[in-house]
Amino acid sequence: MNPRPDNRGAAIDLESVTKAYGAFKALDGVSLRIEPGEFMTLLGPSGSGKTTTLNVIAGFTDVSSGKLLVGGQSVVGVPAHKRNIGVVFQHYALFPHMTVGRNVAYPLTLRGVGQDDRKRRVAKALDMVKMGDFAHRYPSELSGGQQQRVALARAIVFDPPLLLMDEPLGALDKKLREWLQLEIKRIHRELGTTFVYVTHDQEEALVLSDRIAVFNRGRIEQVGTGRQLYDEPATLFVGRFIGDSTVLRGEARSDGTGTALTIAGETVAAPRRLAGETSPVMLLRPEKLAIRRPGQADGKNRLAGTIAEAIYLGSGSKYEVKLGDGSTAIVRSPLTGENFALGEKVELCFDGADAKLLPDDSTADTTLT
Amino acid sequence: MSALEPTIQTAEKRAGWAWRPFALTLPALVLLAAVIGYPLLTIVLRSLSEPEWGVQNYAWFFGAPVNLAVLQRTFTISAWVALVCVVCAYPYAYLMTAVGPRVRLVLVLCVLIPFWVSGVVRTLSWVILLQDSGVINSLLRSAGFAGIRLIRTQTGVVIGMAQVLLPFMILPLYSVMKGIDLRLVQAARSLGARPSRAFFTVYLPLSLPGVYAGAIIVFILALGFYITPALLGGPRSTMLSTLVQTQVLSLLQWGRGGAMGVVLLVTTFLLLALAAPVMRSRHREAGRR
Repeated sequence: MNPRPDNRGAAIDLESVTKAYGAFKALDGVSLRIEPGEFMTLLGPSGSGKTTTLNVIAGFTDVSSGKLLVGGQSVVGVPAHKRNIGVVFQHYALFPHMTVGRNVAYPLTLRGVGQDDRKRRVAKALDMVKMGDFAHRYPSELSGGQQQRVALARAIVFDPPLLLMDEPLGALDKKLREWLQLEIKRIHRELGTTFVYVTHDQEEALVLSDRIAVFNRGRIEQVGTGRQLYDEPATLFVGRFIGDSTVLRGEARSDGTGTALTIAGETVAAPRRLAGETSPVMLLRPEKLAIRRPGQADGKNRLAGTIAEAIYLGSGSKYEVKLGDGSTAIVRSPLTGENFALGEKVELCFDGADAKLLPDDSTADTTLT
Repeated sequence: MSALEPTIQTAEKRAGWAWRPFALTLPALVLLAAVIGYPLLTIVLRSLSEPEWGVQNYAWFFGAPVNLAVLQRTFTISAWVALVCVVCAYPYAYLMTAVGPRVRLVLVLCVLIPFWVSGVVRTLSWVILLQDSGVINSLLRSAGFAGIRLIRTQTGVVIGMAQVLLPFMILPLYSVMKGIDLRLVQAARSLGARPSRAFFTVYLPLSLPGVYAGAIIVFILALGFYITPALLGGPRSTMLSTLVQTQVLSLLQWGRGGAMGVVLLVTTFLLLALAAPVMRSRHREAGRR
């Protein structure tokens, strides 16, 4: 299948979009630019506004205020059936009284596409999702993964410039989900359509997306590539939501050279400081922390702890270490490293430059799923 | 051997238990046999044996054009009643699925309360509403229109019967509609269907099983209606039940009355057999392979 340069996908602009239900703001001033042909994932815990954003773009939900442009045109007030946007739902939403073939032909029938052209395009779309042999089956005769592939074919058969997917793999088991993620990625490459994908699964977001918008409480916390979000989280929420992390909280002191944090009598330092008055915390990725037996640790930044959990992962080991203040640090160590037993007293050490300084945010912990 | 014993015992026990669930239905079966089976058998036998053995009662029925006309009218009226019920019940049942639980309770009560009032009482109130000097005609005249004949017409019979039978249409329709996933309609919208198109291509086909179920119940119940057509109808809207009554109670022609009942029963079965493939088509296709 050749890419269609004439239909490279539509850009989407959300400008200060707000959706209020009474006093509750499901979306609170969301601004986001999605480039033509981009794979954008809206990531966040349930109730964070990601699905509302998708429904707003699809036309299922009106905005309370703000602008919404698809392909440069305002679509505020345009009903869903006139937006020409493909939508894939978590619950598949295949019509149970129609065969797979008629389901996929449905949007073409609505658009008055002639029978020959319709047949050809239905076959093409079903081939693309590898469901070509199932055109005469009914949805009830298919597995969940097969149904979702048919739903995908139905959403792309009319060549929409934009495809929205609302947790499409949420109801499937892990193996199938991983395989379909790659299929979706392939289809995105082949079509060149703009994809907007909603998920609460950060791994899925990292696998699929060009960029990820992290939602929390009706707002976007940060937009960026997976690498940017992992390496340079803008907020504690993003740092905690994407990947494993250790958050160090303590008595903070800042001077010209950096910030020192005193945790249960031990002091660690990072060569950075935070602007403003907010109390800083340090965020460390698991691979930036090293475990040493007491006395063997090097460097200035050392924290004593006890191994609370040791998990063998095949490619390495993951340890949960209980620190002096009762908090838990997560450490990943390579296979070649030493092994530590449960309950063993250890020391953690890290390079201060690897510690990310972020303003504290008490909501970051409670909203973790 | 000893290892096998428990298995065998279990199997025996199971065989012993197998008929017991059916035993629970025995009271119902006995009752049905007594109040349906036996009378039905009697009717068939008497239609063939009175006044003497033979098919003379059936020959009489099919020989008299008036009987055939009434038979046809019975089916026509019943079909109209079913149609009126579908048209009235469909939006009502849909509304029941769309509103909150409190309003739904009120709507259900509105369906059920007339149910608890005797059919005779309801029919008599229709007499008051429909008669030439009744409520409807007075309203029409005071609004400057000419009055219309409703009582002792087929229209009047259909109106009255439809009202009495409406709950039998609404309830099965509602139970099917509440199972329809409205997100399918939303999906149809996203694929480019304007609301009316989404309704006719997605919602309506999915609600058809309820329409069929309700229509069949209403149609069959309407075929045997006696009181309502007798009170609201005139000589030109006589239904078969009235003829049966005349034959049996006035003329004491039990054989002829029985023959009429059998003809009605057999014709009903034939019609249902004809309609069944249409109503089942989707499930049959879905079940294939």
